[in-house]
Amino acid sequence: MAAITDIPVRKGSEPPTAIELKHRRKAMRSSILRYGLLTLVGLVMIYPLIWLVGASFKTNAEMFSSAGFWPKEPTLSGYIEGWQTSTPYTFGKFFVNTLWIIIPKTIGTAISCTLVAYGFARFDFPGKKFLFMTVIATLLLPNVVTRIPQYLLFRDIGWLDSFLPLWVPSALAGDAFFVFMVIQFLRAIPRDMEEAARVDGATTLQTLVYIVVPMLMPALISVCLFQFMWTMNDFLGPLIYISSVEKYPVSLALKLSIDTTEAFAWNQILAMSVLALAPSLAVFFMAQKYFIEGISSGGVKG
Amino acid sequence: MAELQLKGVEKTYGNGFKAVHGINLDVKEGEFMVLVGPSGCAKSTTLRMIAGLETVTGGEIRIGDNVVNDLVPGKRGIAMVFQNYALYPHMKVRRNLGFGLQLRGKPKDEIATATGEVSEILEIEKLLDRLPKQLSGGQAQRVAVGRALIKHPDVFLFDEPLSNLDAKLRAAMRVRITDLHKRLKAEGRPATVVYVTHDQVEAMTMGDRICVMKDGHIMQVADPVTLYERPANAFVAGFIGMPEMNLVPAVLTRGLGAQLTLDGQTVDAGDELARRLYIQDGPVTLGIRPQHLGVVPAGSPNSLTGTVTNIEFMGHEVNLHAKVGNAAFVAVVPSEAFDRSTQRGDRVGLTVSGSHAHVFDVSSGENVSLKGALN
Repeated sequence: MAAITDIPVRKGSEPPTAIELKHRRKAMRSSILRYGLLTLVGLVMIYPLIWLVGASFKTNAEMFSSAGFWPKEPTLSGYIEGWQTSTPYTFGKFFVNTLWIIIPKTIGTAISCTLVAYGFARFDFPGKKFLFMTVIATLLLPNVVTRIPQYLLFRDIGWLDSFLPLWVPSALAGDAFFVFMVIQFLRAIPRDMEEAARVDGATTLQTLVYIVVPMLMPALISVCLFQFMWTMNDFLGPLIYISSVEKYPVSLALKLSIDTTEAFAWNQILAMSVLALAPSLAVFFMAQKYFIEGISSGGVKG
Repeated sequence: MAELQLKGVEKTYGNGFKAVHGINLDVKEGEFMVLVGPSGCAKSTTLRMIAGLETVTGGEIRIGDNVVNDLVPGKRGIAMVFQNYALYPHMKVRRNLGFGLQLRGKPKDEIATATGEVSEILEIEKLLDRLPKQLSGGQAQRVAVGRALIKHPDVFLFDEPLSNLDAKLRAAMRVRITDLHKRLKAEGRPATVVYVTHDQVEAMTMGDRICVMKDGHIMQVADPVTLYERPANAFVAGFIGMPEMNLVPAVLTRGLGAQLTLDGQTVDAGDELARRLYIQDGPVTLGIRPQHLGVVPAGSPNSLTGTVTNIEFMGHEVNLHAKVGNAAFVAVVPSEAFDRSTQRGDRVGLTVSGSHAHVFDVSSGENVSLKGALN
């Protein structure tokens, strides 16, 4: 489109010259080509998702007979039957379980990460370098490595088949990535505001709550957003620690319908997958504004 | 309102770097004290130690009757205005002003009254419901001053508060702050102020007294006139005054008057200077302000002959740069008295006004021409 603005603007009454017309045609062709290509690649990327939504309204028989995403005989049976599940519980129960895992975990993460990051970013204490190195080391360590020792630990404490193994590590700032993210954000905020608060008579905790946390908000929203989406999609964690069906989150429940039926009711699985995607998408779009604000603007005017 | 005393205050950082070397400073109750010096002279560090934002590694800081070395900033009875305002970005102006009182647990109506009073003094009533990002630099600065004022502190601390403003606004704010200081004094609640700046114009126009610092040492503490007319050493002489004082090596011989020789030429600076001197004859540093250097035709009696190196037309005056041997001089001449035909490379004569000349010891830089002068 930029090419169009390159052409000098003429007074309204005069007809465009031949050269101008040529330039305009060229600019038009170029943008049609660019946008066409972008749309095409975009479609290829998003097609599986479109197909997922379309297929959730198909019958089980139709699913594999055509590659198109538009259902010939749209039906809600996938949703209705899928919602019932083959267990004594409806899918609603599993959604509640998921939220019951996510909400305390997200809150715990936000609080613990803020405290730990504030400590690392703003205070000097003995052993700080070593401790910070440990945090970064955890960041680099693959999760799988700690699974077995963690499992044994939680088994000995007696927390198996409860949500505690999913909540507690996060509430103790176990997610080094988030701690690191908040530290980086904090380092970019000048200390003057905190110093002004101290001169105003605020204690360390008051400074954190009244001054630092509001300035950290964009980073904290990003942390919560990531934690929400990752926990929603987490399969391995619940699989290892949760054994009774009544405590299953959505991610495990989806797998359940594959296990228990002989001929897989794919339309039910897909219908429930669509529902499972919805909360993450909804939360993302709600938080998007703050998320982008957090990236594009600092809280300070020079 | 209280007196502020620094006794042998030192600051040594963890890496062994000593930034402040045992400074002593008394700021009287209600006094406007300016700390001035080039970058890295530890003036801000000193201010931050008074505020409690830096630890004090030696000596004692007293505010009123209390030693405050180990008190947290909030308990010292101080308020501070920061260079980049440091307003809380997420709070409206009203809450920015009242935050300090809110932390002290003051009731809401009391905070509202105080906010109203302060915003009236600083003419920021219309800004109370704005966020800091909606303020211009000058407005933000006034809010920052208001935030300090509202607490009725014993000591006000200003850390280069005007350096982010443009020249015009800076001049206006300068007047506003000094007016405020006078107004508080007139209202019977004088404010003790410590004001840090690197700008000598701010220092000279605002300070009751000025403390000139260099490399963590105090070079001189005096009122602006004394600082200008009787600088204690070559550093202060060179730092205060625009353009800088001419400081050139010369050889002193005393006969009837004080003869100064440089580049093989000798001028007599007169009896008055000779009487003020307490130094043996020999090499010295001659200090003479550009305004006290006369420009005469080359070869005039009792003048130094030099070569013009540059001419700067400033409007009402002309800065004439000239070299006598290796020594560079600047002379300020009123425009109307200046010979417009003077060109670069011309020979000119420079006369030294003995009553305004200073002589500094070569090694210590101390002013050795202050005998009999009141200090």
